[in-house]
Amino acid sequence: MVQRMSAVVPCKFKASDYKSGTKPVWCPGCGDFHVFLGLIKAVAALGLRPEDIAVISGIGCSSRLPAYLNCYGFHGVHGRALPLATGLKVARPELTVIAAGGDGDGFSIGGNHLIHACRRNLDITYVVMDNEVYGMTKGQPSPTTDPDWDSKLAPGGPGITPFHPLVVALASGANFVARAFSGDTKGTTKIVADAITHPGFSFVQILSPCVTFRPDQREWKNKVHPASVTTTTDPAQAARRVMTDDGFNIGVLYKGSREPYRQSVEDNVRHERDLDEEFLV
Amino acid sequence: MTDKAGRKESFSVALFGKGGAGVITAGEMLLAAAAQCGLYGLIVRAVGPQIRGGESAALVRISRSPVDCLDDRFDLLLAIGWKHAERLLPEINIDADSVVVTDPEQDSVPESVLASGAELRELNMKEIAEMVSGGRANMVALGYVSRLAGIPQDAINQAIEKKLGRKGRDAVDASIEASMLGFSRADDLASPETSDSGPNKRWMISGNHATGLGALRGGIRFTAAYPITPATEVLEWLAPRLNDIGGTLTQAEDELASINMAIGASFGGVPSLTATSGPGLSLMIEGIGLAVCSEVPVVIVNVMRAGPSTGIPTKPEQSDFNAAIYGMHGDAPHIVVAPNSVSDCVYTTQWAVHLAEAMQTPVIVLSDQFIGQAIVVADPIPEITFFAKRKLAENVSENFERYAITADGISPMPLPGTAGGQYTADGLEHSTRATPSGTAADHNAQLDKRARKIEGFDYGQHWADIDGDGELAIVTWGSTTTMVREAIKRLPEEISEKLKLVALRLLLPARPEDMAAALDGVRRIMVIEQNHTGQLYRFLRAWYDLPSDVEAMYRPGASVFRPGEIATRIEEWCSE
Repeated sequence: MVQRMSAVVPCKFKASDYKSGTKPVWCPGCGDFHVFLGLIKAVAALGLRPEDIAVISGIGCSSRLPAYLNCYGFHGVHGRALPLATGLKVARPELTVIAAGGDGDGFSIGGNHLIHACRRNLDITYVVMDNEVYGMTKGQPSPTTDPDWDSKLAPGGPGITPFHPLVVALASGANFVARAFSGDTKGTTKIVADAITHPGFSFVQILSPCVTFRPDQREWKNKVHPASVTTTTDPAQAARRVMTDDGFNIGVLYKGSREPYRQSVEDNVRHERDLDEEFLV
Repeated sequence: MTDKAGRKESFSVALFGKGGAGVITAGEMLLAAAAQCGLYGLIVRAVGPQIRGGESAALVRISRSPVDCLDDRFDLLLAIGWKHAERLLPEINIDADSVVVTDPEQDSVPESVLASGAELRELNMKEIAEMVSGGRANMVALGYVSRLAGIPQDAINQAIEKKLGRKGRDAVDASIEASMLGFSRADDLASPETSDSGPNKRWMISGNHATGLGALRGGIRFTAAYPITPATEVLEWLAPRLNDIGGTLTQAEDELASINMAIGASFGGVPSLTATSGPGLSLMIEGIGLAVCSEVPVVIVNVMRAGPSTGIPTKPEQSDFNAAIYGMHGDAPHIVVAPNSVSDCVYTTQWAVHLAEAMQTPVIVLSDQFIGQAIVVADPIPEITFFAKRKLAENVSENFERYAITADGISPMPLPGTAGGQYTADGLEHSTRATPSGTAADHNAQLDKRARKIEGFDYGQHWADIDGDGELAIVTWGSTTTMVREAIKRLPEEISEKLKLVALRLLLPARPEDMAAALDGVRRIMVIEQNHTGQLYRFLRAWYDLPSDVEAMYRPGASVFRPGEIATRIEEWCSE
């Protein structure tokens, strides 16, 4: 089951305060609308000021998200949301930094950054809207696509084993691992809020159907179900569970207590003028 | 090398040994000891590709006046052993006036060394070192060479003390004792006169460290790092010092990450830098284009090595010029600058930070392996008053336009945390309000704005260093400037007075008007650079209005230019 948020801050903002008003490019019925909704409800529930939030993305349908928010945002190049978010969080630790994107952006072109962002364990929340397809380029298989999914680029299916993002995140040291379903906005809101609140690197895979290129994913709403186990603090147990579940287990699966990467810089002990001394012969 | 009056102006020493023999350490101590005596000089490391145990040579030049490059030949070649010497000997030019010191107990002297006609002297370095508990052959060599170079024992002792002090008294004493034994076995060669060090203390600094210093002086407080030869020392130098002055360095998983981390940190308002070499620059290019489009300041130091591909990682070449200028897709105006000596790395990097911050744009600094890894003895490098100053939007009104069309093309930038300034920085083309846009009008307006801020900026006199007032102009850039300067100094006055040197610091944007003014009255031009295709030469022909008579001297790297090679070519050119 989804855990209750640990700290409830009085609401100062409405969810609509976080909308920029720009009309999304998403198709009618796209799961990403609900992720957007879940996210703004989560930050509203946490009472975060829009100007103190930065949402960082790469390229793809879901990576269009920052422009629709009334927060600071960076829509960077394909696959590099996490490095942008890392630089920003190290430089400005007081900001709430959220990286967002899709399965192609995060697991294929940006896959290496996922591993190292988990290892580094900065206090960042990474939300991946997983629809098992490249939508913006109109329907190619992604790392999470089933091996027999037929497409123009891979007739008969890609024929290779899908990537398992949650196991990779656990193995790489993510401090919070969850799976959500975009169709359940309430659940998504809670999980995202929990992810933002939890210290360290929080990874949330959100099953977010692509109704255009994966109409079969309309069935997901009938397949998802709450995880039958409670959140564990043991990464090995969490990994075992997600490797053997049906892929539709929804909830916070793992919460660790690893110390986040350098939360703040040390006080200055030297001025840059003092650096000259070492060069004196 | 002798000066025009025939006095010994500088003294060049090559110390050769297998990796771990400590010749680089001995070379650095020799240079430090020379600096103690009021001399100048530099040291260049020549190493094989092996991580440990390969051959290495310390190429040291000590001089009465400041020098920024190696001489054409070596007065002295000392080998602790000769194993694999043939791999580095082509870089060590000796002749009948040179002295070669060899250890008779070690391998036999290579044929090419004997064929040079150099005077051969024997010194049982290993045997002598064994007379001292903890003594090492490199310290015997240091003492011997110092004596030949006219450097007194107390200066050597100070250099040993400084370098080995943290290893404890025993290590220092053993080294001093071994060096004294070496010293006592030598006699003076003709060497530059030492002088008491005057009121000015000297600095000993490498180009890569100078680059780091310039970055911090300029205000850099975040660095993303991925190791690569020959740029790693910039990053390693910065790591603890950034920490000390309230900044941070983060090690990235690759160069794709490091450029984007730097952009992310800078988006947050912290002046940011990354340093790399050719292959890393190639990986960063997409990210640099993002910084152009989203107008985020960032400094990329590219310490060039011979390319393409992995190329020759430990050798210099000025062949990333085209990549730095033309590497990006789309019309992507940005800035490329190049330091023209080891000490100038401080100034140029500091200026680069200033330019990046002022114009909210990426600046590529083209250093190279030669000036990056050479260590010079120089006069202290004064503070310059450039300091990063970004035009910020602090009080933001409603309907704020992050990418507003302004007269100078620079739009105030709100930092995260500024209420009302929220916008999404974007690599997608955008409107003035930062919303994605595919219209021709927005595209044109933003392209114009991004070009205008760079074209119209006041670069002052920093765009080039200009010497002389002759009608024959030499145009060069980067590390080659050091050899060109010395070549001109060596030429007879009737030639050198005809010359004007234009060393470009600002490579992009092109400054045709500044150049026209600098070339006023110039009849002929010679362009000198170190790459295979004359990259600057072709750029100049495309962007500048040059006199019809333009000569180009270019050749690829691995071995750096020597001043004599350039002086000869200039002399021929002048007499044409």
